[in-house]
Amino acid sequence: MATRIVAAPGKIRSKNNSLVWLSAASLVVFFIIWYGLVESGIISKALLSPPAEVLTTFISKFSNRAPDGATLGAHFKTSLTLALTGYITAVVVGAPLGLLMGWYKKVDSIVKPIFEVIRPIPPIAWIPLAILWFGIGLPAKAFIIWLSAFVPSVINSYAGIKLTEPVLINMSRTFGATNWETFLRVGVPSALAMVFTGLRLSLSSAWMTLVAAELLAATEGLGYMIQMGRTLARPDVIIVGMLTIGLTGAAMAFILERFEGKLAPWRRS
Amino acid sequence: MEARNIDVKSEISCQHLYKSFPGMDGNVTEVLKDVNLSVAKNEFLVILGPGQCGKTTLLNIMAGLDSSDSGEILLNDVPVSGPNPNLGLVFQRMALMPWKTVMGNVSMGLKFRGVSKKEREEKARYFINLVGLSGFEKSYPYQLSGGMKQRVGIARAYCSDPEVLLMDEPFGALDAQTRYMMEEEILRIWEKAKRTVVFVTNNIEEAIYLGDRIVLLSRCPATVKAVYPIDLARPRQFTDSRFLEVRQKIADNTDLAL
Repeated sequence: MATRIVAAPGKIRSKNNSLVWLSAASLVVFFIIWYGLVESGIISKALLSPPAEVLTTFISKFSNRAPDGATLGAHFKTSLTLALTGYITAVVVGAPLGLLMGWYKKVDSIVKPIFEVIRPIPPIAWIPLAILWFGIGLPAKAFIIWLSAFVPSVINSYAGIKLTEPVLINMSRTFGATNWETFLRVGVPSALAMVFTGLRLSLSSAWMTLVAAELLAATEGLGYMIQMGRTLARPDVIIVGMLTIGLTGAAMAFILERFEGKLAPWRRS
Repeated sequence: MEARNIDVKSEISCQHLYKSFPGMDGNVTEVLKDVNLSVAKNEFLVILGPGQCGKTTLLNIMAGLDSSDSGEILLNDVPVSGPNPNLGLVFQRMALMPWKTVMGNVSMGLKFRGVSKKEREEKARYFINLVGLSGFEKSYPYQLSGGMKQRVGIARAYCSDPEVLLMDEPFGALDAQTRYMMEEEILRIWEKAKRTVVFVTNNIEEAIYLGDRIVLLSRCPATVKAVYPIDLARPRQFTDSRFLEVRQKIADNTDLAL
């Protein structure tokens, strides 16, 4: 065993290195094609800004309010506050609800009929009703995001706890555990992997719905910034907004994964 | 009921157990048919039967996890009506909590009973040591081999201090080599910490190697076909002529593929 461990790391590192190079090369090729298409005039600069211009706009937007009325930081803060408000409240309600539905048949019977009807409705279909109820402020958009994040967190927690190994449940029963204790100490931990899958799906769903909500009704935020870029015919502003959205989504998924690794060390295998 | 060992108080017994399940085609499958057996205190009883003959159902009923259609289980002359801390179960598929360390798994039963952390870790450490896993207290199940996992399962069953240990084909999922080793190990552990053991298997050599007595079950519906006291001295040898004699005698009475 010892020899195997001694021999392995060098090989793994060199393999990882070549994979990193591959990723870097793919990015470089991507930018070259982008640059080439615009500079050669195949695509007009009015429709697609060259990479350098996007970078300049990206940097200047940190302090510059023009042309859309707010700095990138302000847009980012508005969007993030909105997304996290909707997401966190959705997950805090959704995951426990899914777990309870999966474990207790009574909860399932009560919640399922309503849930099954609400589930297939796309969150953006709620936008008109949300605006009617809440106006176009934060509550309306938070409500839409809440709905979009709520559904995946319920479904995955529900499916996860349903997959609890019956033999583990029996084992805990032989120790005289009550149903509630078994739920907490066996059902919930064994569902954790699926709960996290739900949290990830909820997060991307919330982040996507955020942009849709802001495109329709907002005065600030990344979705609003993209919309203004279109109105003002500024593709660089649009692309900066899109990149910010992409990078933030990736960063949040990464943080969540780290958090899962901390919370569930037994899954490191 | 068998009329033997009247002088020794039977610790756990099954009285006229019947059990059937509704099958997929709407017919009722009879699984247990008038099963009677009694196990003396600190006896190592092996229940031997073919696959799918209802051995696990019988053990689950004995453990109070399932109920019989009629008949009863008596533990020290008191009927068993549900899971009981005096009945410890060792499962075929280990049934370890992947999110708990060896220490966490072994001390789990005590935790459910509200024993303080210090006391349950002390006790768990004793049984972890007994099954030969000292130094692995902080390991997670995924870091252990199959044999080690089942050692954890055995330590866990012991740790709640039950009077009777019910073992459901505990070595069925192990490779042959590990299985021989664990058969030796379970006897070593049992000699050191005597309990009443009901050990279920479909392996005739394992049964003869381990048991004080062997209860042979028939194919479905299961009923007690014969009882064989094994009075060979331990440690037993698989190639010993008397071992083979017993094996032949039991084999002649079964439709197991041997």
